Amino acid sequence: MRTDPIRVALIGLGKMGLSHLAIVNTHPEARLVAVCDSASYVTEVLSRYTGLKAYGDYRRMLDEVRPDAVLVATPPGTHAAIVQAALERNSHVYCEKPLCTDAAESRRLANLAQAKGLVNQVGYHYRFVAAFQEAKRLLDAGVIGPIHHFRAEAYGPVVVRPAGATWRTSRAAGGGCLYDYACHAIDMVHYLVGRPQGVAGTVLNRMFSEEAEDEVYATLLYGDGKTGQLAANWSDDSLRKMALRVTLWGANGRIYADRQEVQLYLRKPVAEARGLVPGWNVRYTTALTPPVWFYLRGEEYSAQLDHFIQCARRGSPDTLCSFRAGAEADEVAAMLVKNAAGAPLDAPFPVRERVPFSTALEP
Amino acid sequence: MTVLPRLLFGDNQFFGVNHMSEERARAQAMRFATTSSMIEVLGAAYDEGIKAFMCTTHERIAEICQHVREHPRQFADFQFYPCMPYGVKYANAVTEHGIIGALKRFLPQEGAFGALVKGGFAVATRDVKGLGELLIDAEMKMFEGLSTPVIFLQNLVTDLLLGLGMHEGLRIFAEHVRCRYRAEPGFITMNLPRCLDVLEALGLDNPVVCANINKAGFRMCGGIGTYERAIATRRFQPIAMSVMASGAIPPREALEYVCAQPGIRSIVFGASSRANIRETRALVQELSRRAPRVAEAVAA
Repeated sequence: MRTDPIRVALIGLGKMGLSHLAIVNTHPEARLVAVCDSASYVTEVLSRYTGLKAYGDYRRMLDEVRPDAVLVATPPGTHAAIVQAALERNSHVYCEKPLCTDAAESRRLANLAQAKGLVNQVGYHYRFVAAFQEAKRLLDAGVIGPIHHFRAEAYGPVVVRPAGATWRTSRAAGGGCLYDYACHAIDMVHYLVGRPQGVAGTVLNRMFSEEAEDEVYATLLYGDGKTGQLAANWSDDSLRKMALRVTLWGANGRIYADRQEVQLYLRKPVAEARGLVPGWNVRYTTALTPPVWFYLRGEEYSAQLDHFIQCARRGSPDTLCSFRAGAEADEVAAMLVKNAAGAPLDAPFPVRERVPFSTALEP
Repeated sequence: MTVLPRLLFGDNQFFGVNHMSEERARAQAMRFATTSSMIEVLGAAYDEGIKAFMCTTHERIAEICQHVREHPRQFADFQFYPCMPYGVKYANAVTEHGIIGALKRFLPQEGAFGALVKGGFAVATRDVKGLGELLIDAEMKMFEGLSTPVIFLQNLVTDLLLGLGMHEGLRIFAEHVRCRYRAEPGFITMNLPRCLDVLEALGLDNPVVCANINKAGFRMCGGIGTYERAIATRRFQPIAMSVMASGAIPPREALEYVCAQPGIRSIVFGASSRANIRETRALVQELSRRAPRVAEAVAA
């Protein structure tokens, strides 16, 4: 375990980058040594008021500063080159989601990070939301038995009128509802129930955006007959901000989780889950969320960076949300694009004829 | 110095903000679908003697401001405690237009300086102070002609500046609010101990600081004990918010905890009905009277 602070450099000073900067800057075991952005306005203001060393060229920054760890928060289309440059210089890397717009690149970077034994993490921050972690704990303990169906949904107000073109509304640059919203739902599915083997009935529809989809719907298929539905719509301004919701149905009940709460319905009592009663059990984030050293816009944003820094201190590459997980999300996103374009299923999937209610829960 | 009222009425319930449940948040947003439904509840609060409204600069607050201006007798001595900026508005604009694009959208376009801004002058010269003041003025426009004794910087901005180490931004805010609006600057934060350290270092004496203060320790960064010690021993004017942790703590228990700390000047609370407002006011009156002097104990 290292005792001196981890020297961190940050690339990309948009909304996520500034948020990461504020959080890392206050971390007791990290020291922010340099920032980089192509917009000189932001870097000049920052360095004038904070004294931070600022760069416009990330390669120069990496060569001169030699940081222990790098945070990448640039538009997704630029991730592959930047992450590769950082890994080649033996820096641990945290990268915003999606990891890459080309899933093969994501896989290559995951392999490179693993081969070099470097800590690697992707910014799927919902994995650090206490309510989703509690849902995971309940699932892993088997309280609702084997899952036969789930629904993962992401709604929010990003594009609610025809808008000017930025990277965010261009699929090629890593924008669009699929990369921006649906990827969070896909990763949450991977976190909770694992990666699907196939996808079907994918719809990528446009409402306002010219160069990307505004809504994503699909059915996710598993080899054991389990199915899931994915729904994402970033043009829903009935919500103040993004809401991710997951509902899972198992042989012994159902779990619903969002950022604020976990609602568990149990059919029969189970030995693994002490304190849970048959029927409804509800737990709220106010009771579930562990405190953080600095709060900016949600405990999960602080928690994910702390996790990365602690892994870097220990030199343990296995993060809760590795590049491998990032590559898997990108691979499923690619499957959805292919399926929406009319590609047939690669293989027929088994349809479960009967949910084994009675057998699954017998001791 | 402004004497803070014991109770301030908050506006989270009006805009579907609930930190505990999406369902509750949506139900509240439906309950307050119209501005008149908000004004009705504000009127009930006023009748119960709560004449201070701590509100964001959400565009619908402008309609409430207009109503109060048009009904000076119904809302005599009514005070607004603006909290700026309404973060979601800026966050969405940054998402859509980038940082520079968003700045330009929120800056005034009229006047000689406005023209310079439009031409990118203030942006090009990195005039952060000038930009900050223009943004504050843009947010304050809706309160023209109304009483605003304290003007708050929202926690998203206070804490972002704390985190970035751009402490000068806090000073720019405080000075402009004092000079231009003759108001006391207030700071909302989720990181009370850190915030107090920085405000002290900036020489801002006895500042108004609003933070989560609740028995559950919910969103009290640095820990509940550190908060209690700061309230008991440090020189500032604390306003407790989220005292019920969005409903996680029952009202009596929640208010007992807050009222037992004599250092806490004010409590901001939200409610959706006259009955709830009356209950909270009565509880605070009762509990404040018999509160034990725990400050010394905590300090020791």
